[in-house]
Amino acid sequence: MNHLELLTFARGNALNWALMLFAAGVVLRLFEIFSLGRKADLSKPRANSPGSGWRTVFTRSLPAEGMLKRDPVTYISGYVFHLGLFLAIFFLAPHIEFFRSMTGLRWPNLPTPLVDASVVAAMVALGVLLAHRLNNPVKRMLSGIGDYLAWAVTFLPLLTGYMAYHHLFVEYTLMLALHLFSVELLLVLLPFTKLFHTFSLFISRWYNGDIFGRKGVAS
Amino acid sequence: MSVNLAKGINAFKEVIDAPIASFFSSCVHCGLCAEACLFYTETGDPQYTPIHKLEPLRRVWKQEYTLLGKLGKMLGLSKPVTDAELEEWKPLVYNSCTMCSRCAMACPVGNDMTYMIRKMREGMAASGHAPADLIGASTRSVEIGSPMGIRLPAVKAQMKHVQADTGIEIPLDVAGAEYLVLMSSMEIINFPEYLAAVAKIMKQAGKTWTLCSEAFEATNSGIQIGVSDIAKILVQRIVDGAEKLKVKTVISPECGHAYTALRWEGPNLVGRPYTFDVLHILEVLDGFRSAGLLKTTGFEDALLTFHDPCQLVRRGGVLEQPRNLLKMVAKNFVDTTDHGQMNWCCGGGGGVSAIEEAEPLRLQAFKKKKSQLEETGAKTLVTACANCRIVLEEGLEHYHMNIPVVGLTEMIADHLTEGE
Repeated sequence: MNHLELLTFARGNALNWALMLFAAGVVLRLFEIFSLGRKADLSKPRANSPGSGWRTVFTRSLPAEGMLKRDPVTYISGYVFHLGLFLAIFFLAPHIEFFRSMTGLRWPNLPTPLVDASVVAAMVALGVLLAHRLNNPVKRMLSGIGDYLAWAVTFLPLLTGYMAYHHLFVEYTLMLALHLFSVELLLVLLPFTKLFHTFSLFISRWYNGDIFGRKGVAS
Repeated sequence: MSVNLAKGINAFKEVIDAPIASFFSSCVHCGLCAEACLFYTETGDPQYTPIHKLEPLRRVWKQEYTLLGKLGKMLGLSKPVTDAELEEWKPLVYNSCTMCSRCAMACPVGNDMTYMIRKMREGMAASGHAPADLIGASTRSVEIGSPMGIRLPAVKAQMKHVQADTGIEIPLDVAGAEYLVLMSSMEIINFPEYLAAVAKIMKQAGKTWTLCSEAFEATNSGIQIGVSDIAKILVQRIVDGAEKLKVKTVISPECGHAYTALRWEGPNLVGRPYTFDVLHILEVLDGFRSAGLLKTTGFEDALLTFHDPCQLVRRGGVLEQPRNLLKMVAKNFVDTTDHGQMNWCCGGGGGVSAIEEAEPLRLQAFKKKKSQLEETGAKTLVTACANCRIVLEEGLEHYHMNIPVVGLTEMIADHLTEGE
């Protein structure tokens, strides 16, 4: 199989399978959560509560009072990484073209040098987060193979994308195929690792806000 | 698997619901919950990371309620939860968690660790891994009527003293009164000024109220140890008393977890909504204030600060009331940093103050409160939870800090306008 054939496979069957497994995995995981249900709360909720599930879904994106200064590395690297990844996925012109081919929807792209910088920033932030995970006693204790696997499969698409764009080391067609394979690996593993927080964090934040909100607390 | 372990695992399986599944699914092991927990910040020991305290519950969730976990279990790849492990986790689940919920306010993905610890304790207790001191308190609550072993004669003796001191008759078992007043054991034994304060305030406000001989104790060891059957018996006593006397409102005393037990857990424990309202005493007093029924004179001289009890502010929504009330009697008031919803726990909530072996750790964790107080320079500490109060007094004494701790209800009563 030459490089072009490999790329064709990566863009064709491999991508289709990855997307199917991704979709099935996400549906399964959501079912695993929601099928457990929860008991109705019979206590009388407070009228006019400042808190609610929806409120917490949004407000929890900001650090709680006094928390930023306790662990600025996690917060700042976390923001830089998530923002950089978001810009790279959704605002690089070739990616928008890909989404258009899949869904018919299109939106304006950001200048490529800006996306390029955000990818570098995201990779640096991931590096910092990995070092922090290895050095911080709490994170090191909490971490298992799943955490390092999740780190690696998130880092690879950024790295391969960056290498493909800059034509570094590997022939471009092959590099693009590798970039696609890395994305496909990420898609398949996402539902079954902690990366599923991409979806479940909206659920957990909502429950948190709802639990506190009925008591009159804006969490 | 031993019978007890099976009971514990079953209890874990029973309490796991959609919120818990979403919490465990969302955790990215960022470790920020540790930074919100005073047992970690004051010891630097990673084992006190809140999400880590839930590890056995997490594994039961994964092995029982996820496809991958079930596959792992079938293939013998997953590590089963054992008796030895639960015993190892006992100090983490009980001694080092006051269910203060600070971590639940800080977690970026919104995990409510307190919600989970409360439920995890059901499995810990069912499998025989609850602390002996909490078992004792729960047994006394069921058999005697109070975790500290107080019976009705002790309450009657206090009523008599208060009557003699204030000249106000303390009503007992008066049907049709508007308010049923409850107390915590701590108030019966250590802080009789609470009952006197309530009597004076009710007299000034012109409200009818009563104590109940069958339901005087507000605290609930059942929700601390994690045995809902016991918690239900204790709440049911109050529900029965309130319904027998046909009161409109039951007043939870200056006790944080009693309020949680009665106001938020109670209807779920007894399986139906109440026919009466439940208010914390501070909510009642603030209601009197806004209705013009609370008249005070004079102000406290000393610089005051307020300790927000976790169960009131974070898990109860009682935030503004104490500050409204303090304004009536204090001009010289300063809030601590991280006050209100992000206040730091006294270190003794959630049953921790009742566990003797937890005392050294609790005193170590108190360093957080100590530094918070030192920063304000306050000369008097006001609070609204008798358990916080005793824990604060012990902590201050341990660190040789000469700061009196006062209950807010009592402080308000001291300033009531005479003769009205």
